[in-house]
Amino acid sequence: MQRQADALRRLGLFLARRLVQSIFVLFGLSILIFTIARVLPGDPARTALGARAPQETVDRLREEMHLNDTLPVQYTYWLGDALRGDFGMSLVTRRSVTTDIAEFLPASLELVIFAGVLTLVGGIALGTLSARYKDSWVDNLIRILSYAGVVTPAFIFAIIFLLVFGLALDWLPSIGRLSEGVPKPPLVTGLITVDALLAGQLATFWDALQHLIMPGVALALGSMAQEARITRATMADNLNKDYIAAERALGIPERVVMGRFLLKPSLIPTISIFALDFAANLANAFLVELIFNWPGISRYGVNAMLRKDLNAITAVILILGVVFILMNIVVDLVVGALDPRIRLRAARSD
Amino acid sequence: MLNNASQPDHAVGRSAIDPHRLAQIERRNRRERWGRAWYKFSRNPLSVLGLIMVVTITLMAIFAPFVAPYPQHAEPFTDFANASKPPGGQYLFGTDEIGRDILSRCIFGFRYALVMGVAVLSLVVPVGVLLGLVAGYFQGTIIDTIIMRVTDIFLSVPPLILALAVASVLQPNLTNAMLAVSLMWWPWYTRLVYGLASALRNEYFVVSAETIGAGTGHILFREILPNMVSPILTKMSLDMGWVVIIGSMLSFVGLGVQPPTPGLGTMVAAGARFLPDQWWIAIFPALAIVVVVLGFNLLGDGLRDLFSAEES
Repeated sequence: MQRQADALRRLGLFLARRLVQSIFVLFGLSILIFTIARVLPGDPARTALGARAPQETVDRLREEMHLNDTLPVQYTYWLGDALRGDFGMSLVTRRSVTTDIAEFLPASLELVIFAGVLTLVGGIALGTLSARYKDSWVDNLIRILSYAGVVTPAFIFAIIFLLVFGLALDWLPSIGRLSEGVPKPPLVTGLITVDALLAGQLATFWDALQHLIMPGVALALGSMAQEARITRATMADNLNKDYIAAERALGIPERVVMGRFLLKPSLIPTISIFALDFAANLANAFLVELIFNWPGISRYGVNAMLRKDLNAITAVILILGVVFILMNIVVDLVVGALDPRIRLRAARSD
Repeated sequence: MLNNASQPDHAVGRSAIDPHRLAQIERRNRRERWGRAWYKFSRNPLSVLGLIMVVTITLMAIFAPFVAPYPQHAEPFTDFANASKPPGGQYLFGTDEIGRDILSRCIFGFRYALVMGVAVLSLVVPVGVLLGLVAGYFQGTIIDTIIMRVTDIFLSVPPLILALAVASVLQPNLTNAMLAVSLMWWPWYTRLVYGLASALRNEYFVVSAETIGAGTGHILFREILPNMVSPILTKMSLDMGWVVIIGSMLSFVGLGVQPPTPGLGTMVAAGARFLPDQWWIAIFPALAIVVVVLGFNLLGDGLRDLFSAEES
C-alpha cells in the first residue's frame, strides 16, 4: 500500500515537473514563431486584404491587429488570443484557423496513428526475427530491406505506390479519405475508420481502410525499417549478456527467454525512437498528404506556407510542437514502465 | 649517441632523442594507425561500397560538365523532337517532356544535392559544436541554462516543419533553403556535444590542465574537442544523407532549387505529373536521391563501427 502511494506520488511529481518544463518550451517556441512571422517583409494587413483594398480599410485593420504597437505588445495580444484558442483568420480558406485545424488535424492523426501501428508491429516483428535468426539468410534479407527503407524518403515510396498499386494495377484507391458515394459516418472522433465502426457502417470502414493503406504504408516504411534495425541491434547486444545465459542454464524455455527476458528490456530504445518518429511523422506526412490528396494538417500547413498565410503557419507549428512535447512525456512514462532501473534513478533524484 | 639510429628506441634517454628520429617514429606510428583503421574499415564490404559511392558521386558532381553526355541539357534547353523518349539507346535514362536528357540532369542534380549538404553542415557544425562545448564545460551555470533551453525550444518541433516555415517566408531558392535547414539543424550538434563535453570535463586530463592554469580556450579546443571528433564525424556523414532528403523535400514543394536548374527533388516533382505513362521522368531522379543517401549512410555506419571498435 505504502509503496503504491509512493510510486503514485513520484509519478505525480515527475508529471508536474515535465509539464512545467513543457510550458517554458512552448512559451519559447511561440516567441520563435511569432518572430519568424513578424520579421517578414510586407504588411500583414495589406496581405490579408489584397492589393486593391482602400488604404483606410488597411489602416483600420492595422489598428485592429495592433500592428502599430511595438513588437512585445503585439506579442502579448497574439499570445492572449492564442491561449483562448483564437489564431485569427486564415487567408486561404477565409475561415477561422481554429476551425480549419479542428477539421484537418483528425485526418492527419488517423494517417499517422495507422502508420504508427504498422511501424511498431512491423518493426518489432522484423527486428525480433532478424535477431532470432542472426546471420542467417532471413537476417540478411531483413537487414538489406530495412537499409533500403531507411534511405528512401517517404515521398518516393508514395510515388512508387501510386504508380504501381494505384494507377498501373488499380488495386487501391489513390485519392482522399473516402470514395465518392460512400456515406460519411457521424462525426465522433474525426477518424473515419473509428467513427464508421462506432456507427456500425462496415462498408464505409472498409472503404476508408483501403484509402489509408497506400499513404499509411508509404509513411510507415521508413520508421519501420529504423525500428527493425534498432530492435535487432539491442536484442543482439543483450543476447550475449550473462543473465540470458543464466536463464538458459536454469532451463527456462527459449520462448520465455526470448519473449519475456530479452524482448522487454530490448524495447526501450525502440519505443523512444518510435515516439519521436510518430511526432515527426505528423510533419513528414506533408509530401505524402500532397501526393495522395489527403486532407490533413500537413497539406494545410504547406499550402499556408506557400501562400504566406501567417496565422495558419503559426498555429500549425504550435500544434505540432504541442503534439511533439506530449509524445516525449508519454515516452518517458513508457520507458519508466519498461525499465525498473530508470524508475529507481528518477525516484532517487527526487 | 645523437645520431645512433641502430640503438633501440627504449634505450634512448628522453633528453638525448634526435628530433629528426622522433619525427620519423611519429610518422611511422601514424602510418600504422591509419593502416590498422583502414584494414578494419575495409573488412566490411558495405562500408567500402559506401566509400566508393560517395567518392564516385562527388567526382561526378565536380566534373559534371565532362561526365554528363549532354551538359547543355542542365541549362534552359528544349528539343521537342526528342521529348519524352523512354530509356535506352541514345538517352540511357530517357528524356523529359521537353526533350532534356534525364541522366545528364541527374548528374548535375548531384551537384546541387552535395552543395546543399556541404553548405548546411559547414554552417551548422561549427556553431552547434561551439555552443555545445561551452554549455557542457560550464555545466550548471547560467550559460548552460540559456544555451540548452534555447536548444530545447528548437528541438521541440520536428526540424522539417520549421525549415519549411522559414523557407516559405524567404525567396524560394537554393541559398535560402540552405539557410532554413541550417537554422533548424545546429541544435542536434549542440545536444550531442553537450552530452560529451559534460562527461569529459571531469576527466583527469581536463582537471590537470585547469590545475596548471590553462586558458578556457585551450581547454575547450585542445583538451576536450579532440576527444569527440569521431562521434561528430560519424554524425556528419549520416547527416549528409538527411540534409539531401530534406533539401529534396523542400525542392519538391517548390521552396528549393528552382526550374530549369536540375535539383533532384524539383525533377521528381515535375516528373510526377507524367506518371504512370512516362514513369522514367520521375523515377530516375528519385533513384538518384536514394543512391546519394545510401552512399552516405553506408559510409557513416562504417565510420561508426570503426570508432566504436577503437573505443572498446
